[in-house]
Amino acid sequence: MSQNTAAHSVVEPTPWTKRVAGVIVVVYALLTMVPLVWILLTGFKTPTDSISYPPKMVFEPTLEGYVNLFTTRSRQTQEYIDSLPPAQSWYDKLVRSHGMVIAGPSKFAQRYVNSLVIGFGSTFLAVFLGVLAAYAFSRFRVPLSDDLLFFILSTRMMPPIAVAIPIYLMYRQLGLSDTWLGMILLYTAVNVSLAVWLLKGFIDEIPREYEEAAMVDGYTRFQAFWKVVLPQASTGIAATAIFCLIFAWNEYAFAVLLTSGEAQTAPPFIPIIIGEGGQDWPAVAAGTTLFLIPIVVFTVVLRKHLLRGITFGALRK
Amino acid sequence: MLPACSFPVASIVNDSSAVTQIARRAALSTPAQIRRGLRGLSDRAITWIFILPTIILLLAINIFPLIWTIYLSFTNFRANRTSRATEWVGLDNYRSVLTDPDIWRSMQVTANFVIWSIGIELVLGFALALLIDKRFRGHSLWTTVILLPMMLSPAVVGTFWTFLFQPQTGLFNYTVAFLSGVDPSSFQMIGDVPLAPWAIVLVDAWMWTPYVMLICLAGLRSIPDSIYEAAEVDRASSWRQFWTVTVPMVLPFLMLAVLFRAIENFKMFDMVNLLTSGGPGSTTEVVSITLKREAFEKWRTGYSSALGIILFVTVFGAANIYVKALNAMKNR
Repeated sequence: MSQNTAAHSVVEPTPWTKRVAGVIVVVYALLTMVPLVWILLTGFKTPTDSISYPPKMVFEPTLEGYVNLFTTRSRQTQEYIDSLPPAQSWYDKLVRSHGMVIAGPSKFAQRYVNSLVIGFGSTFLAVFLGVLAAYAFSRFRVPLSDDLLFFILSTRMMPPIAVAIPIYLMYRQLGLSDTWLGMILLYTAVNVSLAVWLLKGFIDEIPREYEEAAMVDGYTRFQAFWKVVLPQASTGIAATAIFCLIFAWNEYAFAVLLTSGEAQTAPPFIPIIIGEGGQDWPAVAAGTTLFLIPIVVFTVVLRKHLLRGITFGALRK
Repeated sequence: MLPACSFPVASIVNDSSAVTQIARRAALSTPAQIRRGLRGLSDRAITWIFILPTIILLLAINIFPLIWTIYLSFTNFRANRTSRATEWVGLDNYRSVLTDPDIWRSMQVTANFVIWSIGIELVLGFALALLIDKRFRGHSLWTTVILLPMMLSPAVVGTFWTFLFQPQTGLFNYTVAFLSGVDPSSFQMIGDVPLAPWAIVLVDAWMWTPYVMLICLAGLRSIPDSIYEAAEVDRASSWRQFWTVTVPMVLPFLMLAVLFRAIENFKMFDMVNLLTSGGPGSTTEVVSITLKREAFEKWRTGYSSALGIILFVTVFGAANIYVKALNAMKNR
C-alpha cells in the first residue's frame, strides 16, 4: 500500500481497492434490483406464465396484465362471443381470445387519479404553508422554535392507526370522510411540519443581507420575501415538494382506514386486484409498475437532497 | 402606529459585510426610502400571518385527534356502536392492556423485528458506505440505484414481495432452491412459523439498508482527510485507523440512523400488513397490527386508544433518553 503513496495522497484508495469496492457495490445494487426487474417483467406475462415453475426468464410478452388492470371482464360462452359484432380494438380481441368480454373499466384509473390529486393537492398546500412558516421561523424570533425538530419527530411517533378513529369521527361530522379535501388536509397536516423544518434549513442558507438590501431599495418586508427570498429558495422548495409528494403518494395506513370508495388512493387498491381464481399477478405487477415509475423519476431528480429529506433536515451534506 | 424597531437597524449596525455597508450608507442618506420600507406590515404581524395557518392546521388535525384519543382511552367507547352511552372507565383500559399477554407477545415480536432488521441494516449499510466512499468510477450512479428501494411505497413493496415469496413458484424460493439444492416446495417464507419473522426482517432490510448507507456515507464524508494523514504519520495501521478514527467519527451518524429507523419500525404497519398480515397465527403480529385488529376488527376503541397512547409514550420516552445520550456523546 505504501508504494503508491508517492502518487496518491494517503486518503486516496489504491486503484485495486477501488476496483474491488466497485465490483461489490455493483453486485449488491444488481441483486437489490432483481425484485423490481422481476415485477416489471411479470407485468408483461400471462397469468399462467407468471406462476409457472420453474419461473420463466424468457417468455412471450403480452399486454394482458395491463388490459386486465384497466378493465373488468366477464366470462362468456363461445357462441355468445361469436354472436357479438367483431372486436373494435386490439384489447377487445385480446380479451375475447381468452373467452371473455370487457364489461367496463376497472377502478384503477380512478384510484390513480385520486393518488395524483391528493398527492399534488397536499404537496402544494404543505409547501405553501411551509414556506411562509419557515420564513418566519428563519428570520424572526418565534417562541418554541428550538423545539420544532423534536415536535416533528414526536408527531411521527404516534401510530397512525391510533389517531385514525378520532379523525374518522371528526371527518364524519364535517362531511370530509372519503373525500379529496379530507385526505388532502390530512396529508398536509402530516407533511407540513417536515416541510417547515426542511425549508427553514434552506432559507437559513440565504443571507439576510439580500432582503435587507432590497428593503433599503424600497421593498416592503413582504415584497422582499416574495421577490428576493422565494426565487433564491426555489431549489429547496422543489426538493421539499418532492419529499411531500412521495410521502402522500406512498401513504397506506390512513388511506386504507379512512377511504373506501370515492377518494381511495392506489396503494390500498393495488394489493386487492383479483382475477379469476385468486390474485391476478400480472395485473398487480402492471399496477405496481405504473405506480412506481414516478417515484423512480423523482428519486433520480432528488438524489442530491435525499439525505436532508430522509433525516428530517438533521443532516445536510 | 408602526413600531420604530421593525426595521432591523441593530443587525445592520453590528454587521460589517459589504452589502450591509452599502445598505447602511443608503439608509443614512435616504431616510425617505427607509420610511417606504417601513410601510406595509410590521415584522411582528408578518410573523403571525405566516405561522398562524400552519398552527391552526396542526391543532385541528394533529393535536386535536391526539387529545381525543387520550379522552377515548379512558372510556368504553366503541366506534361501531356510537348510539350506546359512553362511560368513563378511568384507568381500566390501561390496566387491561398492560396485563394482556397478547400485547406482551406482540411487543416481543416487535422488539425482535426492530432489533434484527436494524442490526442487519447497520452492518450492511455501514459496509456499503465504506465501499462507496472509495469513490470508484461510477459510484454516484450506483448509489442512486441502491437508494431506490427506500423511496417506494411500503404497501406496494409488501405486495410484490408476497409474490416473490409464493411457495413453489416464487422467485425467492426458486433461487434458494437453485443455490442450495433444497426442494422449493419444502419451505414457505410467509407460511411457516419459524420463517415468517425472517421474511419481514428480510424485506425491511432490503428496503431500508440504503437509508443507513446514506447516513453513514454522510458520516464518512464529514471526516477531514487531515485526521487520516495524521494517523498515517503516526504509522497507525489501516485496521487501527478504522477503529480509532472511522468508527468513532461515524458513530453519532449511526446512532441517528438507529433513532429514525427504530421510530419507524416500532410502528411498522403497511409492509407487514400486506406481507403476512400478522400471520401465520400471530408470529409476525407487530403492535401496529394488534392495534388495527383491536380498533378496526374488534372495535374496542377505548382499549385500542389506550394501547396507542402507551405506544406513543413508550417511543416518546425512549427517544428522549436516546437523544439526550446522543447529545452527551456529541458534546464529549
